[in-house]
Amino acid sequence: MTKPVKITKTTCPYCGVGCGVQVNQSEDGSISVDGDSLHPANFGRLCSKGSALADTIGLEDRLLHPQINGEQVSWDSALDAVAQGFKQVIDEHGADAVAFYVSGQLLTEDYYVANKLMKGFIGSGNIDTNSRLCMSSAVSGYKRAFGSDSVPCSYEDLDQADLIVIEGSNTAWCHPIIFQRITQAKQQRPELKIVVIDPRKTATCDIADLHLPIKPGTDAVLFNGLLQYLSQQNAIDHDFVQQHTEGFAEALASALASSLDIAQVARSCELVEQDAARFFQLFTDTEKVVTLYSQGINQSSSGTDKSNSIINCHLATGRIGKPAMGPFSITGQPNAMGGREVGALSNQLAAHMELDNSEHHDLVSRFWRTDSLTATAGAKAVELFDEVASGKIKAIWIMATNPVVTLPNADKVRKAIEDCELVVVSETNLNTGTANRADILLPAVAWGEKCGTVTNSERRISHQRNFLPHPGEAEEDWWIISQVAKRMGFAHAFNYQSAADIFREHAALSGFENNGKRDFDISGLAAISDKQYDELEPIQWPVTLDSRKGTQRLFENKHFFTTTAKAQLIAVKPRAPVNITSEEYPLVLNTGRIRDQWHTMTRTACSVRLNAHISEPIVQIHPADAARWQLENGALARLDSQYGNMLARIVETEEQRMGSVFLPMHWSDFFASRGRVNALVNPVVDPISGQPESKHTPVKITPYKPAWYGFIMSRKAVRIDAAQYWVKIKGEQFFRYEIAGETAFNDPAAWAKEQLGDDGEWLEFTDQGMQCYRAAKLQNKQLESIVFIAPTHDLPARSWLSQLFAEQTISNEIRLCLLAGKSGAGLPDTGPMICACFGVGENTIKEAISHGKASTTDELGSLLKAGTNCGSCIPELKALLQAENTA
Amino acid sequence: MKEKLVLIGNGMAGMRTVDELLKLSPEKFDITVFGAEPHGNYNRIMLSSVLAGDKKIDDIIINDLQWYQDNNISLHIGKTVTKVDRVNQQVVTDDGIKANYDRLIMATGSLPVILDIPGKDLDGVISFRDINDVNVMLETAKTHKKAIVIGGGLLGLEAANGLMIQGMDVSVVHRSNTLMSQQLDQNAAELMRSELEQKGMHFLMNHHTKALLGDQRVEKISFKDGSEIDADLVVMAIGIRPNTKLAEISGIQCDRGILVDDTLQTHTPNIYAAGECVEHRKKTFGLVSPLFEQAKVCANHLADMSISSYISSVTSTKLKVTGIDLFSAGDYIGGQSTEALVFNDPAQHIYKKLVLKDNIIVGIVLYGDTRDGNWFFSLLTESKDISSMRENILFGQYQVEDALEIMS
Repeated sequence: MTKPVKITKTTCPYCGVGCGVQVNQSEDGSISVDGDSLHPANFGRLCSKGSALADTIGLEDRLLHPQINGEQVSWDSALDAVAQGFKQVIDEHGADAVAFYVSGQLLTEDYYVANKLMKGFIGSGNIDTNSRLCMSSAVSGYKRAFGSDSVPCSYEDLDQADLIVIEGSNTAWCHPIIFQRITQAKQQRPELKIVVIDPRKTATCDIADLHLPIKPGTDAVLFNGLLQYLSQQNAIDHDFVQQHTEGFAEALASALASSLDIAQVARSCELVEQDAARFFQLFTDTEKVVTLYSQGINQSSSGTDKSNSIINCHLATGRIGKPAMGPFSITGQPNAMGGREVGALSNQLAAHMELDNSEHHDLVSRFWRTDSLTATAGAKAVELFDEVASGKIKAIWIMATNPVVTLPNADKVRKAIEDCELVVVSETNLNTGTANRADILLPAVAWGEKCGTVTNSERRISHQRNFLPHPGEAEEDWWIISQVAKRMGFAHAFNYQSAADIFREHAALSGFENNGKRDFDISGLAAISDKQYDELEPIQWPVTLDSRKGTQRLFENKHFFTTTAKAQLIAVKPRAPVNITSEEYPLVLNTGRIRDQWHTMTRTACSVRLNAHISEPIVQIHPADAARWQLENGALARLDSQYGNMLARIVETEEQRMGSVFLPMHWSDFFASRGRVNALVNPVVDPISGQPESKHTPVKITPYKPAWYGFIMSRKAVRIDAAQYWVKIKGEQFFRYEIAGETAFNDPAAWAKEQLGDDGEWLEFTDQGMQCYRAAKLQNKQLESIVFIAPTHDLPARSWLSQLFAEQTISNEIRLCLLAGKSGAGLPDTGPMICACFGVGENTIKEAISHGKASTTDELGSLLKAGTNCGSCIPELKALLQAENTA
Repeated sequence: MKEKLVLIGNGMAGMRTVDELLKLSPEKFDITVFGAEPHGNYNRIMLSSVLAGDKKIDDIIINDLQWYQDNNISLHIGKTVTKVDRVNQQVVTDDGIKANYDRLIMATGSLPVILDIPGKDLDGVISFRDINDVNVMLETAKTHKKAIVIGGGLLGLEAANGLMIQGMDVSVVHRSNTLMSQQLDQNAAELMRSELEQKGMHFLMNHHTKALLGDQRVEKISFKDGSEIDADLVVMAIGIRPNTKLAEISGIQCDRGILVDDTLQTHTPNIYAAGECVEHRKKTFGLVSPLFEQAKVCANHLADMSISSYISSVTSTKLKVTGIDLFSAGDYIGGQSTEALVFNDPAQHIYKKLVLKDNIIVGIVLYGDTRDGNWFFSLLTESKDISSMRENILFGQYQVEDALEIMS
């Protein structure tokens, strides 16, 4: 790469760590990315996904033009159709018959405009976000405890802590840069203790001093036990509790009821008693403790209570609002926090204000100059799609998210979307599972093309900047929403010229009649110029005129945002997951992310290197469970819940807890035939937060026994027929398909030619008795495609074949090995055949002569047998002898 | 005084026997050799190379006349033995030469099968058996254009290829759909046909010759389906049969060939036979390797060592036909109770097939790439269970770990 001619500082579009990214563009147009060494979230580090961002900015599979019913249309037609469609439904059925389902992938400005349109002007609460699936229990937990959705901590607290409790988070894979930060802290200060609480022994446990493989769903029992233990050990900060909190006695009573002593906690949580005791002791003895928690807490039917059981322990010990301590929820998405700030959850208003607060209602109505502002909460994600399914909601606009893949009971969601009267989808990609079921498709700009702000897990607002032009007719989401708003008759309120306009309004609203009453206040940024907005440095809110540099830590003044200004301890009565295992569904399904894929893979699957880590939907299962259910490592399994089923590749691992299985959440219908794990997930939610219990669904597992297994590699993408199981994986200059089918082939060769086209030069191997078929197609000496079919999953490794697609020419030696699937390394080059009878090559003969082992044809004959049968080669032998001897 | 050994037939089998005998017991016999052809001993297999212009006659001579002198062998070339007097242990030639023997080797070889059809004796109708046939073909190619080869076996294709190289327009007439059916299965035969067609050879498959037409010289060939084509030269290469004429005249017991036991002795005392003229345990022979095997056993017994016996086993055929490498052995067709491993790379003109029965190789046909032929054949003769290498065996010895271990 030549020297960069343009450097753009932006942020990573993946997890909630919110790393700064430096994009280098060179004269030849090539693009590379580095970590932004000055960004306080990552100081130059990037994880595997962030490092591969440059691989993902191509235009393959992109949606580039508006479409109505699959036909390309002009923006005007598309926007008119959306506006008219929504207006018509509202006119006929009322405002609650329409909904927006938005995303933590949106920028704050997009989010703000969407929320303003739905709540302020359409007049319904029916806007919810996919962040509902990832951190809404953390939001409810904070709100119950602090009176506001306030993440008290900063990443710096992790650097300084003496104990970090990682609870329900595979930080190593899901927030890798936070994990690296903790790892570095531990290297520098080995006295820093790490406790990981997770049913699985994940990669995060690599740095753990103690791992508690907790029984799924019993986290509140553990933290209630901790509260009880703290009290028993006189570790309560009574001054703080008395002066700054309420509810301690009730919380402790509840804790005692569920978690009498360590022995009982260990029993309930299925932990070794000494381990539980050690955790309690460490927490008790360590002042500087951060509890870092994520989906393992949040994605639960009692997620709010679980987070409060954690916060209780911090409040009871006064470990909040001080350096190196606090209950720290880390978010999954790059802008989950931004969504919370603008209020784009159906039970929020805007700028951390409440729907059911008349003062807030009045304030926002005046600020937005609207008399249509809704006063009632809308439907939360799962409920919202239930209402789509029931027909209560008749028009839905989905932006930057893929509910067909990510919502629980996903098959029902898919059906709901298919049956819905009007489905509008704003997307970057054509094929997501949701986009291709839309009536109206609106092309949105992607990372690198769009520009606005995001907020990471530590309340840090960063500018995500563009460095690429808008491709095709793709547009900013805020522009699309504003255009529809104008066409619905709200032009006066949506006359934005830029993202900066929106940001200033959003900042102004946060400060509007605030006076310290509300935690979210960025009024210090309300008057920034366009240039200042463009140059905005990462900054942690609140940002007021008094705190222009932002705020590292909340609650240092021990002032909370409840009516009494005191923090609330919540009496938590632990509840088991809603659906418990049964004879029919004896295993607990736990879902989550893997290291190198993001969400539904529309971007990360474009990167060859990211596909190499885990290429297929896998089910991780303990070997004892695998034996019990007759599963074979590397073979396929079918998983069923009462909601749906899927297929996955079996990975036996002792890191998995017995009685539970883990499956990744990423695969859509475009990357796997039956890999959508959310088809299985129970649609039960936390009654307060509405967050689904994605970490706990009873399932059963059975061996999936196809008639055949196989794989295809092809330079061009192919549409796979006859395989009930397929997974598509992008490789270097090829696509790989792992396949399996239920019906034995009569004529696999004919099928292969249908799949791959019968042009080119074909090499084929058949072993009909073993039902094996292998073929390779070459074109212009290059490898074009490969297909292997066998009755078992025991097929050659794909690695050697994968490399061959980059070869300009397949040599004859490699050609002979192609269908073995491995190199014939060590194959000596014997040279052109001289003695055909005994297969003696010229090089072998020359070597025998030159090493003095033979000087006559008779000697060659007795040494190599050459020439001793038909004798036809004796003249050549003589010639070789003469040539070598005169040489 | 040395015993007298007479050899009738100065060909590959007979002379290999003499060769082997000289190695074992060079002083035991006074040796006399009668050959009907007017040459020294030559490599008949390489006649096709001579026809193709790759080799000259001199190149294919195994033992020249000097060699016979050097080894004190009385050689009578161009002499046909007409009678074996069993009682007096004497042979007589067409021109009256008589030679007594203590031991006699009959190595009279084989005769080409000639279709018994009208016109078979016309000028320009020949077989492909000896140097004379090759010379006729080379001469004819200089003056005539259209050659017909009847018989799509190994010999016929080599004749056709040679004639094509000599500039003739060649059509091969074959009665079935499978060329070289003694060596190839249908797939390999198809490959062979298309490869030769690409070179310009024509094929009349499933054609049955009815008659050869012409006054003096052959002009046309007509088929049972009524069709006809022009022909300036007809080469009959539809097979060989053991040459038992002399043995029969002389009262040596014959069936299809001269009957021999496991020591290559005929039913007549002191008379041995070897090569394509013999019938051993109901089998007759046409390939070089069993002939050489017979020569070894025969020589062993002539040398009074008597420690060797001939067992005809599955033989492998490794050939280069018209430049194409072929290997075949055993039951290369297969049937109900067998399974086949097949590799096909038509663009590279490579086809390989192993026929398995209960995971043991029972048949091999290799086309275009024969480098693993001998390895496969050794697995066949050892009846080795190949189940552990079944997946990759066809891709070669070096792709099979078990094989590597065995070798190391």
